[in-house]
Amino acid sequence: MSHLDQSKIRNFCIVAHIDHGKSTLADRIIEKTGTLTEREMKAQVLDNMDIERERGITIKSQAVRIIYNAKDGEEYIFNLIDTPGHVDFNYEVSRSLACCEGAILIVDASQGVEAQTLANCYLAIDHNLEVFPVINKIDLPSADPDRVKKEVEDVIGIPAEDAPLISAKNGINIEDVLEKIVTDVPAPTGDPEAPFKALIFDSIYDSYKGVIIFVRVFDGNIRKGSRIKMFQTGTEVDVVEVGFFGAGQFIPCDEISAGMVGYITASLKDVRETKVGDTVTDAENPCSEALPGYKEAKPMVYCGIYPADGAHYQNLKDSLEKLQLNDAALSYEPETSQALGFGFRCGFLGLLHLEVIEERLEREFGLDIITTAPGVVYKVHKTDGTCFDLTNPSNLPDPSEIEYMEEPVVEAEIMVTSEFTGAIMKLCQERRGVYKSMEYMEENRVILKYDMPLNEIIYDFFDALKSRSRGYASFDYELKGYERSKLVKLDILINRESVDALSFIVFADSAYDRGRRMCEKLKKEIPRHLFEVPIQAAIGGKVIARETVKALRKDVLAKCYGGDISRKRKLLEKQKEGKKKMREIGSVEVPQSAFLAVLKLDDED
Amino acid sequence: MKKDLSIYIHIPFCLHKCVYCDFLSFAGRSISDQVRYVSAINNEIRLYKPFASRYLVKTIYFGGGTPSLIDESLIESMLETIRDTFEVDRFAEITIEANPGTLKYADLLQYREFGINRLSIGMQTADDELLKKLGRIHDFEGFEKCFQDARRAGFENISVDLMSGIPGQAIHSYVDTLTRVTELNPEHISSYSLQVEEGTPLANNAELLSEIPDESIDREMYAMTKRVLSASGYERYEFSNYAKPGYESRHNHVYWTGGEYIGLGTSAASLFKGERFTNIRDVEEYMQVLTEAGDEISNGTSPELLYEAAAKQLRTDITVMYVNNRMEEFMFLGLRLIKGVSRADFRSGVGNDLASVFGPVVNK
Repeated sequence: MSHLDQSKIRNFCIVAHIDHGKSTLADRIIEKTGTLTEREMKAQVLDNMDIERERGITIKSQAVRIIYNAKDGEEYIFNLIDTPGHVDFNYEVSRSLACCEGAILIVDASQGVEAQTLANCYLAIDHNLEVFPVINKIDLPSADPDRVKKEVEDVIGIPAEDAPLISAKNGINIEDVLEKIVTDVPAPTGDPEAPFKALIFDSIYDSYKGVIIFVRVFDGNIRKGSRIKMFQTGTEVDVVEVGFFGAGQFIPCDEISAGMVGYITASLKDVRETKVGDTVTDAENPCSEALPGYKEAKPMVYCGIYPADGAHYQNLKDSLEKLQLNDAALSYEPETSQALGFGFRCGFLGLLHLEVIEERLEREFGLDIITTAPGVVYKVHKTDGTCFDLTNPSNLPDPSEIEYMEEPVVEAEIMVTSEFTGAIMKLCQERRGVYKSMEYMEENRVILKYDMPLNEIIYDFFDALKSRSRGYASFDYELKGYERSKLVKLDILINRESVDALSFIVFADSAYDRGRRMCEKLKKEIPRHLFEVPIQAAIGGKVIARETVKALRKDVLAKCYGGDISRKRKLLEKQKEGKKKMREIGSVEVPQSAFLAVLKLDDED
Repeated sequence: MKKDLSIYIHIPFCLHKCVYCDFLSFAGRSISDQVRYVSAINNEIRLYKPFASRYLVKTIYFGGGTPSLIDESLIESMLETIRDTFEVDRFAEITIEANPGTLKYADLLQYREFGINRLSIGMQTADDELLKKLGRIHDFEGFEKCFQDARRAGFENISVDLMSGIPGQAIHSYVDTLTRVTELNPEHISSYSLQVEEGTPLANNAELLSEIPDESIDREMYAMTKRVLSASGYERYEFSNYAKPGYESRHNHVYWTGGEYIGLGTSAASLFKGERFTNIRDVEEYMQVLTEAGDEISNGTSPELLYEAAAKQLRTDITVMYVNNRMEEFMFLGLRLIKGVSRADFRSGVGNDLASVFGPVVNK
């Protein structure tokens, strides 16, 4: 194919709040453009990972090239780039956006504009994308397209008069969307003769091809046999194959050129050699500058992951290695715990990322793992003038060596129906939120802005938010920076032995409450032993909360005559089996469930 | 050298089922049933003829149910059959369990004549209200009279069964019970904390269940037992068993030290020739198998074959006592006794050295 006519290319993505129909619309667009027949479609074709299908959210960026024969008689090439919808993956979203010239903003016809509608839309606008709205789910009885159109204009400030009214589920009016893509999304305007310059917006590891990088070409072109270079890592490799994306498959071609979205394979072994957001150029004829906007993916949340059975340490190691092949944002390093043995300290973009990895380890790799309490990264300023990032509470130096500590703080934006404003403001206050602003969207919807410490959000803030607003609240956040804070390390002692895996950093004033709740939870999880088991929470050796698991005696004292002996034997056999699921901490048997239970300290009160 | 053997006989008949009882027992069975049952027991005894010569019977125990309910002549016939089949030690401990509501002085005299030298009477509590709650058929006065009758009849070894943690029982009531018992001065006292067993009337009675004293009171009561009884000269020799020196239950001791015993009758358990097993619970089936066996005995069928055949039909839950089983049991049963487990006994009983098997656990 000679250089493509860029004027017939449309690069766009779909942004929306969760569940507003992004993936369904993507499916319909693919269907309507004849790239796949209806029969060939499986539901939500772009999500080709099981987990994604279950959760209904897209985690990996995917792209697809489709051909559309427009009303004007011309053939257009659409490059649809699917983006993660979750706040944990903001950076990846922004790199995907950087590949596009336009974005379709889907808004649910009954739910209207929600927190992530706004967030994602602004993100798109900030990337200089042309955004046009589409009102979806008009088939629902509660749909109110006129109200929502007005909301879009008032709240977001983009024209919505001609917004297509569609039902992606039922395939209504999809044509209108396709036409709008032609008319409203600008064509790319790169220079096909300039040195090759492309943006990496994603990559995957394939066991045959090695690392496959997904790129948007801005200038120039690249073909098989050329030598490419990555700006960030300096890596140089020969191109083995280039091509573009059919739905769910790679379609090789001779070259990809300015304005196109496609892939490059080059016998790269390590996905870390290819950074999302990096610029690729021709090693023989490089471009002068990298594309803007590159950021190192920085983990926000850490936890320890240990094999439930120490014998499976190597399996865990291998599995993490494999996961990292496709997930450059996952970081891990070996660590040890007195309580749990050998394991890894893992870094994630957020709690969802952590949960997905946890699930994949358990499901895809069949591992039995124990995770310690997730925590954020704190900055510790020592008295000797040095400062370091604390990812594992066990590494906190003695208080006498600490000058002060800082914790990460985020800007949180919460959208809620007005009747719950008070309840949600109370929640934010409880979580040490600092009130910034409150705006009314219409008479009954409010946007609250709070600065909040990240460690107050990562556990169960989202769940608490939902339950206190009967599900109507939505929320988005962005890292603001680090702020000085009074923090302490809370230790948990079981039978007077400190269990390092249960330690965590907590805001000093919340320590008592948190310690008390953990002791209560643990009391329920730890089985009764032949002796009393004290469970204590302590700060620097000072016990601040305590519960006791009473000793059991009755069973031991029961009669044991001739006929009772075989019954007792059976009981012993059962106990032997049960012991296998326990961790021994000193003389106390602690079930795996105890470690997990204390992580979920819900706001039941 | 003959080996020691103990014999247990289960009599599953009662006048009325106590609410807490999970032993195999039936109320309302006719005399003819009882006669047939005992006949079956006698056949079961005879089945052991092939092995009897190797053993010396040291203890015999009639349990149930209510052994004292059936006609004394039936007890006599079982003892006779045992004596015909086995050699019984001159000083064997022969116990019968009794319910005060079913004993008359005359019966007690008869028991003495048959050679029964130990009586175990179920008292449970001195509190008549509580006795009613438990579904017992007697009151304290009835118990006292029974006790005095037993003494008159010449019983010099009497054991009394008590119970703590009864629904509605307060600590003072239990202490009162303990005091009254010590006043009567039996040689042996057992006191168990009430355990709610699945399938018993108590387990299905929410009201009664709610009246069961809570754990801390239960523990107080347990502590009280030792306090009151040791003040009156009773030594605690097992978790829940107390005796005047020399009057420990020799039969039960066998359970706790891995000795051999034959259990006769429905649901009876045995540890015999290296195997643990339990007899079936169905009374009709039991009687049928043994009536047939009895016919075969008369026909002159080989006793060894008969034994094997009957064993197959009567026994369930068979465990071969390999060394590791024996070692485990030696410990968890032996440690019930206050005297504990000695290395010497372990070695002679099991054959291995205690320290090398259980050392690490003991040190912990």
